[in-house]
Amino acid sequence: MSAEAFLDVQGVTKRFGGFQALSAVSLQVRQGERFGLIGPNGSGKTTLINCISGTLRTDGGRIVFADQDITTLPAHRRTRLGIARSFQIPKPFTSMTVLQNLMIPIEYAGRGHRDGVVDEAMGILGLMGLAAKAHVPSAALTQIEMRKLELARAMAARPRLLVSDEAMAGLSSTEVDDILAILFELNQRGITIVMIEHIMRAVMRFSERIAVLDAGEKIAEGGPDEILADKRVEKAYLGE
Amino acid sequence: MGARSFGAVALAVVVAGLAVTRVLDNQYYYFAGYVVLQYVVLATAWNILGGYTGYVNFGTPAFFALGAYTAVVLIQSLKAPLAIQLVAGAIISGLLGLALGYLTLRLRGVFFSIATLALAVVLQTMFINWEYTGGARGITLVRPASAPLFGNYVQFLFVVMLGLAVLAVATAWWIERSWIGRGLTAIRDNEEAAECMGVPTLRLKLVATTVSGVLMGLAGAPFPYYVTFVEPTSVFDLNYAVNSLAMPMIGGSTTWIGPVIGAVLLGTAQQIATVTISSALNLLLVGLILVAFVILAPEGIVGLVQRLARRSGERTRRSGV
Ligand SMILES: Nc1ncnc2c1ncn2[C@@H]1O[C@H](COP(=O)(O)OP(=O)(O)OP(=O)(O)O)[C@@H](O)[C@H]1O
Ligand SMILES: [Mg+2]
Repeated sequence: MSAEAFLDVQGVTKRFGGFQALSAVSLQVRQGERFGLIGPNGSGKTTLINCISGTLRTDGGRIVFADQDITTLPAHRRTRLGIARSFQIPKPFTSMTVLQNLMIPIEYAGRGHRDGVVDEAMGILGLMGLAAKAHVPSAALTQIEMRKLELARAMAARPRLLVSDEAMAGLSSTEVDDILAILFELNQRGITIVMIEHIMRAVMRFSERIAVLDAGEKIAEGGPDEILADKRVEKAYLGE
Repeated sequence: MGARSFGAVALAVVVAGLAVTRVLDNQYYYFAGYVVLQYVVLATAWNILGGYTGYVNFGTPAFFALGAYTAVVLIQSLKAPLAIQLVAGAIISGLLGLALGYLTLRLRGVFFSIATLALAVVLQTMFINWEYTGGARGITLVRPASAPLFGNYVQFLFVVMLGLAVLAVATAWWIERSWIGRGLTAIRDNEEAAECMGVPTLRLKLVATTVSGVLMGLAGAPFPYYVTFVEPTSVFDLNYAVNSLAMPMIGGSTTWIGPVIGAVLLGTAQQIATVTISSALNLLLVGLILVAFVILAPEGIVGLVQRLARRSGERTRRSGV
């Protein structure tokens, strides 16, 4: 299994004080895969993403990405290796314009300033429907535009693995379809995608495989149909 | 401002300073000018960490005093020339800055600021108890009577501080335009997001704290020869902490010119107030101006001018249609 895993999460544990947020969570994502991560509120999805992207240190377990143990690597090194994430609660660089926000990962994620990077950034903004806002201060965006900026900025890091943490919350159903189309397109280009989402319609349509977290434990994993049929998943979402 | 015009202005400032020493004889102006220039260095140094990176340092006196006491030790032990005092002061204060940088791993926001304040208190206590540098009583130093080419040593110190001010401002100017400056801004805006976008936040913060420390040490190193009497209460003066913070805030903390404007205006106002009213009023003066700015123009003079220019631009455009 782990030989073909692009991202290999092995028994990752995370505690906040006495609270166990993740209990020995293991999952494998294959290269080029569309992977869904779901679970009720507070089940530990964002915490797991924080451990994978490096903003949190794990209390146990190992994380391997592209055959490299990244468990103790600082987050910026992981980004340069090809892991980019969007934040569930938008964290834009507020003193910068939308375009400047994208220039940070373009400049820092290991590629430096070259000709054409502004075009590249503008291309991403066009894709996300933010082209008209390129020169607007990012602090002036609406909440929904900020979510789009989150995804755009993660794309600008030219990831090999893109983790989107609830990028679609609050979007209209046509906007959800637009973003899904973009993610499908990125996936076509070879980018592996992990999608965290509460909008079931979107995750079920998008994901080839899905893992379900509940109270910090992985309770199910499989194709969308298997997950929908799973009794434990139903119980986790609907209660007894 | 492009590199060439910035270089031209810097050169013009130094030449003008040198020219002044040929014609102006009144010593008071050199004493006063030195203090204003010293604040240009301190405010610019503070702003690299506080303004660009968003880490508010209350510990300016610690870095300034360390530069000054390094010079005292070198004068006492080796009669070292000023150039050596400057280099050593820069290195020692730079090392303290580096150590402070590692502190940002654990301490953010107000906790970081409190730690910098504590740093100044701890260092002051150390120097109060160190007899070699005069302890709490202080130490008197003999200023060289003259400097080659300059004759008068105070005029020489004035020109040295002018050179340091140009060096400090040029450093800030360069950082602001480089990839380092863009990374520091990302850290100030959101450190977690910066790190996740590939910015090596720790390394950049170490650069900011070290450069800031080096420049503050440079500001402090010529101080013993300037005052000829160094005591803990004067080099660890609260004035340095308040001014180095207030000047960038008043001038504008997002660009290199802001601290320069703030230091020149506020520094000059304080020099005038010292002569005409009393030096005790200085801190009150700064406090009142700072409060006014924080309420009325939080982006400082630079931000205020930009805002007014934008507004009048819009008005012309509207009336033109
Ligand atoms: N930094 C932290 N300190 C303390 N507790 C935390 C921290 N981060 C998360 N938690 C707790 O860990 C649990 C899991 O949180 P997490 O944000 O990972 O959930 P989630 O699955 O992303 O939920 P949601 O769907 O609401 O985004 C929650 O109970 C949360 O309160
Ligand atoms: Mg979450």
